[in-house]
Formats: sequence, C-alpha cells, structure tokens
Amino acid sequence: MTTITPVLTAHWDEADSFTYAGYTRHKGYQASRKALTTMQPDDVIQTVKDSGLRGRGGAGFPTGMKWGFIPQGDNKPHYFVVNADESEPGTCKDIPLMMANPHVLVEGIIIGSYAIRSNHAFIYIRGEVPHVLRRVQAAVAEAYANGELGKNIHGSGYDLELTVHAGAGAYICGEETALLDSLEGYRGQPRLRPPFPAVAGLYACPTVVNNVESVASVPSIIANGIEWFGKFGTEKSKGFTLYSLSGHVKNPGQIEAPLGITLRELLDLAGGMREGSTLKFWTPGGSSTPILTAEHLDVPLDYESIAEAGSMLGTKALQIFDQTTSVVRCVLRWTEFYKHESCGKCTPCREGTWWLQQIMERIEQGKGTEEDIEKLLDLCDNILGRSFCALGDGATSPITSAIEYFRDEFIAGTHTPAWELFPYEASALFAGANA
Amino acid sequence: MALTDKTRAEMREIMARYPQARSALLPMLHLVQSEEGYVTPEGIEMCADELGITAAEVTGVVTFYTMYKRRAMGKHHVGVCTNSLCAIMGGDAIFAQLKDHLGVGNDQTTADGQITLEHIECQAACDYAPVLTIDWEFFDNQTPGSAIDLMNDLIANREVKSTRGPVITSWRDNERLFAGFADGKVNEGPAAGKASLLGLKLAKESGDSIPANPGADD
Repeated sequence: MTTITPVLTAHWDEADSFTYAGYTRHKGYQASRKALTTMQPDDVIQTVKDSGLRGRGGAGFPTGMKWGFIPQGDNKPHYFVVNADESEPGTCKDIPLMMANPHVLVEGIIIGSYAIRSNHAFIYIRGEVPHVLRRVQAAVAEAYANGELGKNIHGSGYDLELTVHAGAGAYICGEETALLDSLEGYRGQPRLRPPFPAVAGLYACPTVVNNVESVASVPSIIANGIEWFGKFGTEKSKGFTLYSLSGHVKNPGQIEAPLGITLRELLDLAGGMREGSTLKFWTPGGSSTPILTAEHLDVPLDYESIAEAGSMLGTKALQIFDQTTSVVRCVLRWTEFYKHESCGKCTPCREGTWWLQQIMERIEQGKGTEEDIEKLLDLCDNILGRSFCALGDGATSPITSAIEYFRDEFIAGTHTPAWELFPYEASALFAGANA
Repeated sequence: MALTDKTRAEMREIMARYPQARSALLPMLHLVQSEEGYVTPEGIEMCADELGITAAEVTGVVTFYTMYKRRAMGKHHVGVCTNSLCAIMGGDAIFAQLKDHLGVGNDQTTADGQITLEHIECQAACDYAPVLTIDWEFFDNQTPGSAIDLMNDLIANREVKSTRGPVITSWRDNERLFAGFADGKVNEGPAAGKASLLGLKLAKESGDSIPANPGADD
C-alpha cells in the first residue's frame, strides 16, 4: 500500500492555515529566504531541474526546464505568471490549495521569479471564485507587509512586485498563450507558437507560465533538497501530487500521494464506491483526458503509465462514474462544454464542436442514425491535431474513448433514449432527480 | 446610476497595478458591473476613454467573457453547475427544480429582481458535487430541497452563508472584489472544507509519516 504524503496539504486542518502567522509557524518563507540570500538564480533553476518536478497543470512539462528557456542578459523585463485559471471539468485541486494555503504559492512565486530574473509576477485566477481571491489577495498583502515581497527583499537586493488578477469566465484562458492575451486586456484567444512565451510572452517579453500546484511544490524542494523530493514518486514522475476524487465514491476529496499510486489504492482510501455500486468509467485527469474503465484500476497514476494506457495524467482529476451512468449523457455534456468554451479562433474547433454536439444530442435522444458513430469519429479526426490549441483536441478525447469502450451505448442511441437505458435518477445522490 | 469621478479614480488605481494599462481592462469591467449592475454603454465608454482605445475594442472584450452581463442583473446571481459530473450527481435536477420554483428560465431574473438564475460550467469543486453558487460563493453538496430553501432565504432577505465562505451580500459587492478591492471578509469560512481534508485526515489516522523531512518541524 502506498503511503499518503501530505506535504502541500500538511496544515490545511489548522484554522489559520491561510494566514501569514499560520504559514510561518511551519517554517514558511524560509525557502524563499534561503534562495534569495544563499543561492544564485541559476542554482535555483538547476535544483528545480534536478528535482524532476514536472508541471502539475496537465502537460507534465519539466518545470525547471521551462525556467531554463528564459534568455538571460537580454535587457528585457521578464515575467513570472501563475496559471490559476482552474476550469478543466473535474479539476478541483488548485482552488482548495489557494483557499487553505495561499502563502506556499506566494513563496513559490518568489523563488521562481528570482530564478528567472523577473521583478514582476502575476497570479491569474479565474473570476468565479471570490473566496479564493480574498485569500490570495490577503496573502500577498501580508507578504508585502512582512518584507517577503517588495523592494530589496530581506536585504538580498532583489525586488519583486506581485499582482493578483481575476479573470472573467473563459475556460480557454487556462491555455497559457490565451491567458497572456487575457492578462493583456484582450479576448483570451491562443497565440501562434513559436514564438513560445519563454521568448515572447507577456508584453512580448520572456515569460514563464506555471500551474499553481507546480509553483507551490517548489518551496519544499528548495527547503528539503532534491534527494528528499526524489523519495516520492517514480523514476520519471518524481514527487507527490494532489489527486482529486469526485463522483460515485463514498468519500470524495483530495488525497496527496506519491506519483504512481493506483486508482484501486485511492478508491480504497476514499472508502470505495458508493453503496451498492461498481466502477464503470473514469477520467485520470479531467474531461480532456480519454476515459478509462475498471480494467485500468491498477495502472500507476504517473505520466508514463497513463500515457501507455492510452490516456493522459492531466490534472489528476479522477471523476468516477458507476454503472448507473449513461456514458452518452456524460460525454454530451462535456461536448456542450467544449462548444461553449471554444474561442472561435480556428475553424476545426469552432465548427467541429458545434457538429459534435448536434450528433451527440440525437444519440442521447435515441434518434441517432447508423452513420452517426462513423461521422463522430470522422469529425474528431478532423479536429484532433488540426486545431489551433489543445481545446479542440480535448473535445475529441471523451468521444473517441467512449466509443472505444462503450460503442454499444452509442449504437443503442439509434433507437432508445439514454434516459431509458440509464434512468438519470439512479445516478443522482438523492431520490426524485429524474427532472 | 451614473458612474462618478470616484469610479474613474478607481479605474486609474487599477491601471497603476500593471506595467501596461490595458491589462487593467478585465478588472475595470468588473468595477463597472459593481457600480452599474451590468456592463453599461456608459461603462464601456469610460473604460475606452481611460485606456485610449475604442468602445468597439472594449465591447469585443466584454462579449468574450461569460461573467460580463449585458443587461441588468438581479441582486443575486445563482449558478447551478451542470457540467457532466455535477449534472449526473444531481445538478440537472436541481437546476430544473429551481427554474420551476423561481418561475424563470436560464439567464433570467425573477420579477422581484432578487435572483438571476444561470446554469454554469465546472466550478472546481467537484469533490463537493452537486454544487451551486450564490454571487459565485460555494454552496456544496446540494439537493433540490436545500437549494430551494436557499432561494427562499434570498428572496426573504434572510442571512445566507456560503459553505466555504462568507455571508452573502450581493452580486455587485463581489464584482468589486473581482476588480481587486478587498472587502475584509477573508477570515470568514473555514480554511478547508471536509473533502479537501480527506487525505490529511487519513494520513493522521493511519499514523503515516512522510519520509524524513529535514525542513519540517514536526
């Protein structure tokens, strides 16, 4: 049995865990002081590289390598931007992290900004989470008041400004170049790459964009060292991470564990499936990651193993659905989401998601045609890899994977409505839900 | 309502937070909503005027983001998550019953002006499904019954408190927060909800300790 490893979550059960007092009671801000006063910026980058920390926002790109791409001595301002636009369906880790411990994020930002020689950092938080915004705003104000941010931090000669910015409701702004356009005050649409943000990011200057959890993992690495970090996880997927269980499990919630734990182990920890139910399908990391089934219960939840199983680790958002669930209904709703959130910039995604939704709708209603399954697959083939950004790709994942594992349900959609095959009331947590 | 010199001064305060003023546009529009109840033509003009861009450019931004509203909102915004997971766990039923109870459709406001109802996308609270929001504050683990009780309390102006946040005041008050003006409610609500603490609680119960952590104090 894998041991649970509460590092980021270690003190969330303390009433004042989100305050400066609560954070410094557990050696908070000692890692940033250590970095600023005893380490050279390049040493910080090397340490994070050597730790093997990979981005926790979905793509799993090595964090230290991203920092290393920032050109130095270029006489341009550099910017450090935190992607706190957590909106991928199923994903719910950064929001509780920022609510319970915003200071660990601020400390990670100080270290990262110092490493890439940035003097202005930003936290881009999705708009719809006011209480998270309060906690982060207050943490930043407290960090300034205590000399952790601002001019000449702790006599190091290093200056850092940190601006908290709220978005306004657009999933696409979680795509890093769309986020930058949005942060510049425009419609949040992705940019053509190259140039990558490391060369021309915010205000066309070298910019790092990192996920909240990735940045929050940095202070413990600086404080405890890379050997300590390497004790967790697998050879290629090092460290601990937040796994978020939701859906038809007895006790949904956040479990911080080493990379490579399995869903079987996590389900055990969460008390198993809800009463009388069995696992039907699940996502390893949000709705954009192809669904998996009960046959994948023992696949290690690390970047490599999940890829080998035909999906992606993504955000480790484990949405669990039991035998009562219509996969067609579930996928249709995700399809509606991608259609709604498509930014409209490129044709395959803008038009394709529109067609996907229409076909999925008639399959849910039992009015699908013989050709619809092939048409869905053909549309997906024309969207995947042909869209401007990963949103289009993500829209195809649930459909193609659901057809792979549950083709029969799509065929049934040519004659029987999904709600007759799977009465919707049975999936809800309460009775009388067949509205 | 009319925008005042105070609004203009606050817009400039927001602009000063950024190396380039245009970055302030999103928070400035939140400020307009908090003052006006939605993004008014007057608000668009003021943003354009302050940033030295055209009203059309501002409007192009407004129409891209779902949190910006183009007509007067109710006192409270009620959002029901109907993305797949919440919908399946009961969100669809909650939304249907609220429409029925309030006598409104999606994105419509009750006759008394108290509530604008909308189905919303994933709120990053899936471990608390089904979830609804009031003025974007979390209301976790809802049922149709609990949701209807909340609506009745809002209509009667009784105190309503977020499950992981503060006592509700109004949608417009929170729009001011989104513009970056703190409201002093940071200490309300718990540090973390029950589901957020699942792993930590299990680790404490089992006595699991993480490998020697030289920086840790316990």
